[in-house]
Amino acid sequence: MRALVLRPRRGFRLDDATLLVGAVLTALLVGVALLSLVWTPEDPARMRILQKLRGPLVSGLLGTDHLGRDLASMLMRGAFNSLTIAFAAVGLGAVLGTLAGVAAAAGPRFDAVLMRVCDALFALPPILSAIMLGALLGPGAPTAIIAIGVFMIPVFARVTRGAAMQIWAREYIMAARMAGKGTVRITLEHVLPNIAGQIIVQVTIQLAMAILTEAGLSFLGLGLPPPAPTWGRMLAESQTYLTQAPHLALAPGLAIAAAVLGLNLLGDGLAARLDPRRRQAS
Amino acid sequence: MLRHLARRAAGFAVTFLLISVLVFGMMEIVPGDPASAMLGTSATPETLAALRAQMGLDAPAVIRYLRWLGGLLSGDLGVSTTYGVPVGALILERLAVTLPLTGLAVLLAVGIALPLGVTAASRPGGVADGVATLYAQAGIAVPNFWIGLLLIMTVALGLGWLPAGGFPGWGDGPGPALRALLLPALALAIPQSAVLTRVTRASVVEVMNEDFVRTARAKGASVSRALWRHAVPNALVPVITMLGLQISFLIGGAVLVENVFTLPGMGRLAWQALAQRDLIVIQNVVMVFATVVIVVNLGVDLLYTVVDPRLRRRA
Repeated sequence: MRALVLRPRRGFRLDDATLLVGAVLTALLVGVALLSLVWTPEDPARMRILQKLRGPLVSGLLGTDHLGRDLASMLMRGAFNSLTIAFAAVGLGAVLGTLAGVAAAAGPRFDAVLMRVCDALFALPPILSAIMLGALLGPGAPTAIIAIGVFMIPVFARVTRGAAMQIWAREYIMAARMAGKGTVRITLEHVLPNIAGQIIVQVTIQLAMAILTEAGLSFLGLGLPPPAPTWGRMLAESQTYLTQAPHLALAPGLAIAAAVLGLNLLGDGLAARLDPRRRQAS
Repeated sequence: MLRHLARRAAGFAVTFLLISVLVFGMMEIVPGDPASAMLGTSATPETLAALRAQMGLDAPAVIRYLRWLGGLLSGDLGVSTTYGVPVGALILERLAVTLPLTGLAVLLAVGIALPLGVTAASRPGGVADGVATLYAQAGIAVPNFWIGLLLIMTVALGLGWLPAGGFPGWGDGPGPALRALLLPALALAIPQSAVLTRVTRASVVEVMNEDFVRTARAKGASVSRALWRHAVPNALVPVITMLGLQISFLIGGAVLVENVFTLPGMGRLAWQALAQRDLIVIQNVVMVFATVVIVVNLGVDLLYTVVDPRLRRRA
């Protein structure tokens, strides 16, 4: 059917630019993170006290920290650590949230209970959950992943529920019902494929949010423990040297901002492409 | 209207109870309890058992939950194992920092976002619109604690205009306290204002295309009157919704910013309580924060009916 739809040729629009810039920044982020697994200019954990607090280009591309570690290498490995936690947390939130959302849309009885649980989960900011989990599990990747992921369950549940409810009201769902298909089969064959675009957009946007939150948790010492470099802890450690070595605070902050900006732009660009209402409007 | 209020109040009560079960349940599975935290590792089992009995920790979990819930409603939150003072008093003392901090941040965020978003919407595609879009994208991407560090570096340490951290208290009048809160509030406000700018712009652009705005213009209303008198009041519902949703992020941000600026607020209290394993403080601070989130959301819900008469009639 798709091939029969003729679309008028159109010029390069703002949405395309947004998508392009977002995709390039995100590709850079993922590329640097993966590259750090096989190559970094220096070992990110290697301390060279004699070369501590050197400025950019004096020692390495971005200089060194208070222990003489190479800042560029730490940033590269930090990108991998940050992305790993963000992906795991968003994965947790997306899977559980989507399941809850489609279940709520399919069964009105389940709906009220689910929305109340979502309200309760949404009232616990990830940093507070992480503080509670920190008391239980201690700081580390599981604490960060669960705290961020659980907060995202209601986000995905609400988006999925709203989108799935619209699909359930369509005539072809009624036709599928009359053909004898059950709720689970209709959900798998008709509902999920039709709301996949909106879930993908949400995953991209929530990845940006997860990177920001992970940085915050690491800043408080609730993220990955040392010596694994994280952008948040690099910022926390830079606090003592704000006047002496401002580059220590600038580089990780700019890295976080660029990563989040890239994912947000990618999400916006994808939304313009995948959201049918916005596609029609443009 | 009354039915709507009753429905919302019932929803609030259910959410509150669910959160309390969640928080209590989570703290219940944390290894150790307040008695062992108070006595340390050298305590004999007999002493530990005696203190547990004295603190009521030997009762079944359900009884302890109900006691805690009763305490929450009556203001008796137990005693901090670190500070040895009632947790309720400790929280009230810290709220005197966190509430003005978040309140000031909301004021600053709205103060930045509303004019910026409305100006951008008054001429979509214009210079102001470009500036607002750039500000919104950049503002959402920067972490508030990093903005805090940059403000300390430039405004506090570089120019020496405002303090880099600490809080003098409200004893010497509001002046010094507000000076200490201004930079942290700005750090919290910038990302919030970015989100609000985006929502304000989108909402005002949508309303400006409505028939009633066109009618107002046709009847001779100037662009600015049509904008501020007709479009903006009708575009406020999504802005208020976003403000309500942002409270969760604002509280999370407050924990971080209070630590950057060493402010003795609730967020710093929770963080320090984790370091000291003061479980009673963690449990109650988290509960108070979560209650603030749901109270604000309930308030936002009720505010809709004030802002939008159509919703009042429907309710």
